[in-house]
Amino acid sequence: MTAFASGWARRPVLVVAWLVVLVAIGWAVAPHLFTSYSPFTGDPSASFAPPGAEHWFGTDRLGRDLFARSVYGARTTLTATLLAVLIAFGLGAVVGLIAGFAGGLADTAIMRVVDVFLAIPSLLLAMVVVSVLGYSTNNIALAVGISSIASFARVMRAQVLTVVNQDYVKAAYGLGVGRLGVMTRHVVPNSLSAVIALAALEVGTGVLAVASLGFLGYGAPPPQPEWGLLVAEGRDYVAVHPYASILPGLALAAVVIATHRISTSFRKENHR
Amino acid sequence: MTPVLHYIALKTGRALFVVWAAFTVTFVLLFVLPANPVDLLFDPAELNAIPPEVKAQVADNYGFNEPVVLQYLDRLGHALTGDFGNSVQSGKPVVGAVLDVLPSTLALAAGALALAVLIAFGIALVATATRRAWLRNLVETLPSGAVSVPVFLSGVLMLQIFSFQLGWFPSFGDQGWRSLVLPLVTLAIPVAGPIAQLLVRSFAGEFHSGYVTTSWAKGATRGRIIVGDVLRNAALPALTIAGVTFGNLIAGAVITETVFARKGVGRMTQTAINTLDLPLVAGIVVLVAVSFAVINLAVDLIFPVLDPRLRATLTAGNPG
Repeated sequence: MTAFASGWARRPVLVVAWLVVLVAIGWAVAPHLFTSYSPFTGDPSASFAPPGAEHWFGTDRLGRDLFARSVYGARTTLTATLLAVLIAFGLGAVVGLIAGFAGGLADTAIMRVVDVFLAIPSLLLAMVVVSVLGYSTNNIALAVGISSIASFARVMRAQVLTVVNQDYVKAAYGLGVGRLGVMTRHVVPNSLSAVIALAALEVGTGVLAVASLGFLGYGAPPPQPEWGLLVAEGRDYVAVHPYASILPGLALAAVVIATHRISTSFRKENHR
Repeated sequence: MTPVLHYIALKTGRALFVVWAAFTVTFVLLFVLPANPVDLLFDPAELNAIPPEVKAQVADNYGFNEPVVLQYLDRLGHALTGDFGNSVQSGKPVVGAVLDVLPSTLALAAGALALAVLIAFGIALVATATRRAWLRNLVETLPSGAVSVPVFLSGVLMLQIFSFQLGWFPSFGDQGWRSLVLPLVTLAIPVAGPIAQLLVRSFAGEFHSGYVTTSWAKGATRGRIIVGDVLRNAALPALTIAGVTFGNLIAGAVITETVFARKGVGRMTQTAINTLDLPLVAGIVVLVAVSFAVINLAVDLIFPVLDPRLRATLTAGNPG
């Protein structure tokens, strides 16, 4: 066995985690490969069929296949999450870089503003932003992204502050490299690893935040499949048809747990 | 000024700044950024049917025709006297409406916090005390599982198992302690996660520190070391994530109160946003920011009392 393969074999949990995430990505990219049912049209005479060979997750009130709705829902939820993390990562890294690299008054001013955003719980901030922007999946992504900028900015700034004091940065200055050159060639590449580890963690948190807002009804309107919305739709019938709410919810939980596991392994590699 | 007074002044000043800035951010988000804040007050479906005179009248009532700076100063002035205006939906004062439902949320949050701390200490104690590797591994995966499971899913699962299947607790409403149990456990799970993660780490750190080795050498038992030495010193860092814990409690309360149809600040926030009741939303956000600032200030002020090392740096004239 190669070293690569044996390294994976010693960590079966991590392998499962990656499989879960890859399947979820597969659902999002090519949902029609995983189910032959439509997520929108169902057979009303077969409403609330229990989970079985024909309908893996059962069917909902309108006889729609819940597995199909979960598969297609991956696209809505995961795209929104990806967008949210990109927004938070991009803006947070820039803000943190400016604060850490500029220092002085600019640093103080930026970090005080960041403190304020950290003082408002991110779900609440996202709810406020969504209420101003209007309800849609894209706006949920924007809201979740905006509400996580502050934590990215903080991590990036902390990294930049340690990097700017390294010898190789001083050496670069000594060799006559300009501030901009030092920033782009030395500070940014060496600061990003911690921020990337945070981004991996934020994917899990982001899925949760997007689905929570969807559950509260701020996302795509009902015929659209979205994981949080699926749980919310099933909740009304939870006493008699619990699987309608619980199975899509478990799919969501599996993805979040898997991304957390993967981000933990990233962090451990970083510390090595 | 003595270092201690300087420290207190600095921390209090920061808390006041956070509250003021949160008020300003909320004002900008809700009353300045929307191109036409008046339109947000109406049902979008009926917006076109509303005559312009009515809109103008409403805009006038809410002061939207004034220059932004005047609106801001007016709202800030009133907010300082505890007046956040009236709720658009109910017409009642915002502060009164929030205070009406606050006890219900406080009971839920306080209970969930207490339970979460118990669970977290339980996890950290087992992880530190056990000599069985499989048990330690199992227990150490619990915290990340706790933060990964969506609150709305665990809520629905609780409902299904303990209310509908077993019939032990009522499924919704707020009559007595029995209806508090399920929401409390649901909310405690995500709150316990980060606290447990921190405690497991700090327990492990203290367990291998010098004074513990000294205790071993003096013949202390494992249990005595954990209770007498490790517990006291490792518990302190948990205070530093009080702010994170508070945020988790608030976010969790919004979802928990929605799942269990309980009245409270969380559910009120959701209704306020659904109906675009801007004054109510603004009032709630500022209230949350005030609570956050007060909690963090309390931690900052209590910490030196509990941690002699920090007190020493303070009196040496080195405020954090």
